[in-house]
Amino acid sequence: MEYLHFGSTGWGDELFFATLMTIAVSITAMVIGFLFALIFTPLKLSNFFFLRLLANSYTTFVRGIPELLIIYLFFFGGSASLMFVAKLFGYNGYIEINAFMTGAFAIGIISGAYSTEVLRGAIQSLDKGQFEACKALGLKKPIYFFKIILPQVLRLAIPNLNNIWQITLKDTSLISVTGLVEIMRQSYIAAGSTRDPLFFYSIAACLYLILTFLSLKFFNKIEKKYREGFKWI
Amino acid sequence: MDLELMLNSLPKLLFATLITLKLLASSLTAGLVLALVFSIMRISKNNFLFYFSYIFSNIFRGTPLLVQIFIIYYGFGQIEYLRSTIFWVIFKEPFGCAMFALSLNTAAYTSEILRSAFETVKVGYVEAGQSLGLSKKKIFYKIRLPLAIHQSLSAYGNEIILLMKGTALASTVTLMDITGVARNIISTSFKPIEVFIVAGSIYLCLTFLIQYLIKIAENKFKINV
Amino acid sequence: MKKLKNIIISFSVLFFLSFETAYSDNIKIGTEGAYPPWNAKDSAGNLIGFEIDLAKELCTIAKHECTIVEQDWDGMIPALVMRKFDIIMAGMSITEERLKAIDFSQGYADEVASFAVMKGSPLEGIQTPESLSLSKKSAKAKKTLKILSDAFDGKTVGVQTGTSFQNFLESGDAGNVKIKVYKTQDEVNLDLTSGRIDASLAAAVAHTDYAEKSKKPVLLVGPTLSGGIFGNGVGIGARKASNSEIGKRDAKILKDFNNAINTARQKGIISKLAIKHFGFDASM
Repeated sequence: MEYLHFGSTGWGDELFFATLMTIAVSITAMVIGFLFALIFTPLKLSNFFFLRLLANSYTTFVRGIPELLIIYLFFFGGSASLMFVAKLFGYNGYIEINAFMTGAFAIGIISGAYSTEVLRGAIQSLDKGQFEACKALGLKKPIYFFKIILPQVLRLAIPNLNNIWQITLKDTSLISVTGLVEIMRQSYIAAGSTRDPLFFYSIAACLYLILTFLSLKFFNKIEKKYREGFKWI
Repeated sequence: MDLELMLNSLPKLLFATLITLKLLASSLTAGLVLALVFSIMRISKNNFLFYFSYIFSNIFRGTPLLVQIFIIYYGFGQIEYLRSTIFWVIFKEPFGCAMFALSLNTAAYTSEILRSAFETVKVGYVEAGQSLGLSKKKIFYKIRLPLAIHQSLSAYGNEIILLMKGTALASTVTLMDITGVARNIISTSFKPIEVFIVAGSIYLCLTFLIQYLIKIAENKFKINV
Repeated sequence: MKKLKNIIISFSVLFFLSFETAYSDNIKIGTEGAYPPWNAKDSAGNLIGFEIDLAKELCTIAKHECTIVEQDWDGMIPALVMRKFDIIMAGMSITEERLKAIDFSQGYADEVASFAVMKGSPLEGIQTPESLSLSKKSAKAKKTLKILSDAFDGKTVGVQTGTSFQNFLESGDAGNVKIKVYKTQDEVNLDLTSGRIDASLAAAVAHTDYAEKSKKPVLLVGPTLSGGIFGNGVGIGARKASNSEIGKRDAKILKDFNNAINTARQKGIISKLAIKHFGFDASM
């Protein structure tokens, strides 16, 4: 147990900061994913075939390929593709995205694909009467989408968004391959240095359990708050 | 874009697909059996059984699969006592460790799917069985179980795909599945993007195949309720 | 709506701010940090080892400001090509295969490879000559390889991915061996001690360092291997020169470090560091 001391002899402080990093990456990834979902969900439900195709390809690809491969692709191909794009604009220098944004963005894209499906499902299970009322009032699509539909959709989507948050949180363990020091990577380093893998990976498991447990409590509270005033569901 | 490399790596990756499929099939089967056991434990009135499956399910769903695989492969490997038991035959090989981890993981998620399906079986059907004078056991096996399976097919299909993606993590403990072979090819060719495109396409094909099979299964099990 | 717009804007700003463009005179050196005694990490997380010390010396001689960057081994060369850092100093041997992708400086230290087993293994005590160089296909070399193939027939040997050790085993010179490939040498060591593999093939000093630090009974067996597929010593990896402006900068960096290695060798700095970390003079 001396392994867990804070200070230079123990790994306690490193693991603490690694946990903060995990939370930071997860939140960033979840937000990025949610923004992606806000873009792609309307595309999925649009009347234009190509927009639907684009959105469907996005969700199909990302949900059909292992996350590990996507993260590798991002890590190795990220700078390369960015530089390719920059070259088109005449910039021939070197661009590097730091490890945090690479990892958060990669997981964000994965999270976004799942969030898109959840939002789509929630919108389609919404009472059609809401849409008809908006049209009857003559409101424009962007206005009624954000002011009327979206808040109700959020209420329906929250339990599933909790699932996605848990998945996002656990997927951050995969960006250890990019070198970012989050829980998994720090445990890996500590296990290698002390040659005690069982101890440190078990500690990592406990840390993740604590995070998922706290998240569950948090989401249950939010779900309760959103349900105020609704009798059904 | 090195097309020659992509073509050359295809046969090696296709060969590795067999290992991925073997891992998927064995983990799926073992996981399903375990899941049935755990979900029955979950709805039982026995406190011990209930809490045991509750804790098991939460541990395996609350921690990343990567951590589970690492604990089982590297962690268990360091336990000297384990190395002297017959269980070492399983845990010595990366396939055994990966299958163990994946089975438990999928069992946890699947038992949740089955549990929620059990709990949402319409009471009317159970009451109909009771009014016909069927015994509790008969009601369970002939009414509740088939209805629960039917309701969970779509969610289970999703879980199969998630399991397939989980097999990619076995490559982190030296198993030469699709991802493992892909990483090996990259370490000698230094061309990650081309190889990952080929590997990703194979996974995508597998996903489509699984989705198609699930659709067929759903049509077959269509109960007119 | 306004709140959402604000969130989107602030995230985009953060996103773009995270780009770094590198044109500075600061040379970035890539290393693994997981291959003692060449490069490793201490318990505080700082990079230590032979190459860390050597890098600092070379940078002082070459009058460059240097930062050392960590990189996982299996992504080392792609990261160099992608310009994540400018040169590699990670115990990387100069092999023909790598020369196809990148350039190397002259070698600064020798690396000999060796098999290692756990005490009590049936492979202990194979009778072979003390060293084997694969650069010349002599009759003695062939005989030694035959002894090795017979001893290792059907055995499982662990190596780190993307190493000359992996290439050697895959070439078939060591006979019918089951090869297990791992991401880091640490993982090879773990499986060696747990009995999942019969032997491990890596730099001899890596094995002795592990035996010393972990207090596990790991022994070297067989001859020390060098030359041929194992490459000609360890050097600094750099991008291939090209005629673009950046390419010229790369070529100049390599030239500066080559000169620095010469100076360091003359002044005995490399020998001193080698003795400090390896226990013997492994300098080239």
